[in-house]
Amino acid sequence: MYRILTRKSLNPSVTMIEVEAPRIAMKARAGQFVILRADARGERIPLTIAGCDRARGAVTVIFQIVGGATLSLDRKQAGEEIADFVGPLGNPTDVAGVKKAIVVGGGVGCAIALPVARRLKELGADVRSVIGFRSRDFVILEEEFRAVSDTLDITTDDGSYGERGNVCAPLKRLLDGETFDAVYLVGPLVMMKYAALTAKPYGVKTVASMNPIMIDGTGMCGCCRIRVGGETKFACVDGPDFDAQLVDFDEAIMRSRTYLAFEAEARERHCNLYKKEVRG
Amino acid sequence: MKTFNDRATKYPMPVQDPLVRSQNFEEVALGYDAETAVLEAKRCLHCKNRPCVKGCPVAVDIPAFLGKIAEGAFEEAYEVISRTSSLPAVCGRVCPQERQCEKECTRGIKGESVAIGRLERFAADHHFAHTQDKPKPPAPNGHRVAVVGSGPAGLACAGDLAKMGYEVTVFEALHTAGGVLVYGIPEFRLPKKIVAREIENLVSLGVRIETNSVVGRLYTVEELQEEGFEAIFLGTGAGLPRFMGIKGENAKGVFSANEYLTRANLMKAYEEDAETPIYRAKRVAVVGGGNVAMDAARTAKRLGADVCIVYRRGREELPARKEEVVHAEEEGITFRFLTNPVEVITDADENVVALRCVEMELGEPDGSGRRRPIPKENSEFELPVDCVIMALGTSPNPLIKQTTAGLETGLHGEIAADGEGRTSLPGVFAGGDAVTGSATVILAMGAGKNAARAIDEYIRGK
Ligand SMILES: Cc1cc2nc3c(=O)[nH]c(=O)nc-3n(C[C@H](O)[C@H](O)[C@H](O)COP(=O)(O)OP(=O)(O)OC[C@H]3O[C@@H](n4cnc5c(N)ncnc54)[C@H](O)[C@@H]3O)c2cc1C
Ligand code: FES
Repeated sequence: MYRILTRKSLNPSVTMIEVEAPRIAMKARAGQFVILRADARGERIPLTIAGCDRARGAVTVIFQIVGGATLSLDRKQAGEEIADFVGPLGNPTDVAGVKKAIVVGGGVGCAIALPVARRLKELGADVRSVIGFRSRDFVILEEEFRAVSDTLDITTDDGSYGERGNVCAPLKRLLDGETFDAVYLVGPLVMMKYAALTAKPYGVKTVASMNPIMIDGTGMCGCCRIRVGGETKFACVDGPDFDAQLVDFDEAIMRSRTYLAFEAEARERHCNLYKKEVRG
Repeated sequence: MKTFNDRATKYPMPVQDPLVRSQNFEEVALGYDAETAVLEAKRCLHCKNRPCVKGCPVAVDIPAFLGKIAEGAFEEAYEVISRTSSLPAVCGRVCPQERQCEKECTRGIKGESVAIGRLERFAADHHFAHTQDKPKPPAPNGHRVAVVGSGPAGLACAGDLAKMGYEVTVFEALHTAGGVLVYGIPEFRLPKKIVAREIENLVSLGVRIETNSVVGRLYTVEELQEEGFEAIFLGTGAGLPRFMGIKGENAKGVFSANEYLTRANLMKAYEEDAETPIYRAKRVAVVGGGNVAMDAARTAKRLGADVCIVYRRGREELPARKEEVVHAEEEGITFRFLTNPVEVITDADENVVALRCVEMELGEPDGSGRRRPIPKENSEFELPVDCVIMALGTSPNPLIKQTTAGLETGLHGEIAADGEGRTSLPGVFAGGDAVTGSATVILAMGAGKNAARAIDEYIRGK
């Protein structure tokens, strides 16, 4: 069992927890992920590590509440325990030799983009961050990004905060103005697809952090497969970072929809359970 | 009293009715009762040259344990098997006996061989039904060994070392120990409580099991050595599922058998309130002909689908255990032999609507000695299905290799080890599917036991 040390709601559908896992906190690098299960009967949920506090042995993960399993996880309070927490999985993000970079985060993906930006800053790089959200209510981690970025652009789809539109416009402006060693993309598949297209003409190294459906996360089940440059790759052992110009985003988007109906049903089931509990 | 039973065929194994069992996940084969076991054991001729023992990969003293069962000395029969096998209740259920001990059995020359596998299972089940006592840890010898992976190879290695007094820690990546025995082989063929019992016994022997521990990530092999483990056994299993590389293969309704079975077995996705989803298909094509294909097909059947197995060679070449093929057929699963998929056809939403296949014929023998299937011209046809499960074998997982400097691997990336499990690194041993590629439970178990012996020698010799 692994104890939840702290829990904080970042917005109505995004929660941040710190889990006690000293060995993982010691070993984890930016870009790696964990798989956790809230309860003994729960689903295995892959979540990218958003930060570590080595002194306290704490690993931070941030999750969006999408289906039954993340609902169960969201109901756990600080001090309670979760059944399983395994990691650090996947390869760390490759930041070697990068002196000047753009980090693009979308929605809850910002949670994953942040440690990459932080790591680049630690290594002394010039870091420009661009983070996009649906609207003002969904904005997360603004201060944290500001602390590790030389410039920060914020966009919202509806213009209720920052610049109106998506991350592509500020990304393009940055690329037009100066040359960069690398662009890191973390966010919804559709965002990464278009951001990759935006970066393409500049010939800059563009890295996408992929988060497909997973089960084991160790290279056993094959469900995390992704087509990259025409080859089948496994995100959990070969990734999660891949050359964004080679990733088949359309296929990844299609594969991410495998269990949509099930998730909707699970949400429904949970809500009914919840209603029952509330009514007594 | 007549002690020899000259019946020509095996005593039939009582099974759940096919119509009933194809709707549930309970064990199919119910096991012999004591009376039948004694009668079946008496079919052994106790012939002089004991060919069955040579047919067994770990050389269980088969005539001796059959003799004990024939006498009604069931516990002693179990003890005989235990001298050479760590997992009799498992192997009795899942070994391909028809290709090992039973193939060589002299009784089998005329009529059927003795039902050695069923009797092994009987002895083990009888033991567990009648003994409550747990094994006790022996006096510790002060040496520590790490075992990576808790499949049959790791379990056997850990068990033997613990019995010699070693302090053993098993590191397992998943949240439950057992390897393929828990996530691959379904409940209806190998009840999970049998695996759990084997693991409880290890724990009683003093073995520590650390689940959620991926070696290569949480600890590297080198870090384990630094932490004071004097030897390390790698039993990490077969690795990543293979795909065919055909068009449409990454569509939503296409799964590897490992994924499909893990959802069902490890995550219990078939249970009403499971959080883990599993694709509820109506018509499923399973591609492949091994045990993995049979298990995936029979699982899909139990989840309500019509299932067809597509295999590129003929019935005679099916690598699966014969009993599983028979059970699958009884459960209403159909087979398309000499058939190979060429494309997964999807609709506009990328849902699977059919599997396009080509008929095959057998040509010249290939490297494996089997006749190589070659496509027949103009024989393409479509199987209307909404789900395809690929059971085509595995290729090695690169994780340990990538994170362990100096560890040599073979042609395809499997860990290179000699017959005793010694790798290119001193103090690092390996065995089971991680070394051989997908093989069998008994071979993995045998490799674990051999390595335990070699590890003991290594540590004593230091
Ligand atoms: C569906 C299916 C049906 C089968 N049916 C039969 C059958 O009927 N008869 C038969 O004889 N054989 C059968 N087999 C084959 C048999 O199960 C395997 O040959 C056997 O389990 C191999 O044992 P192993 O210990 O080498 O590996 P595994 O059983 O694969 O165990 C390896 C373990 O190591 C863990 N691991 C992997 N990497 C790491 C890491 N880096 N750190 C920590 N842990 C790690 C894995 O999670 C796993 O638990 C079947 C296989 C499958 C998949
Ligand atoms: S999640 Fe199973 S292979 Fe990657």
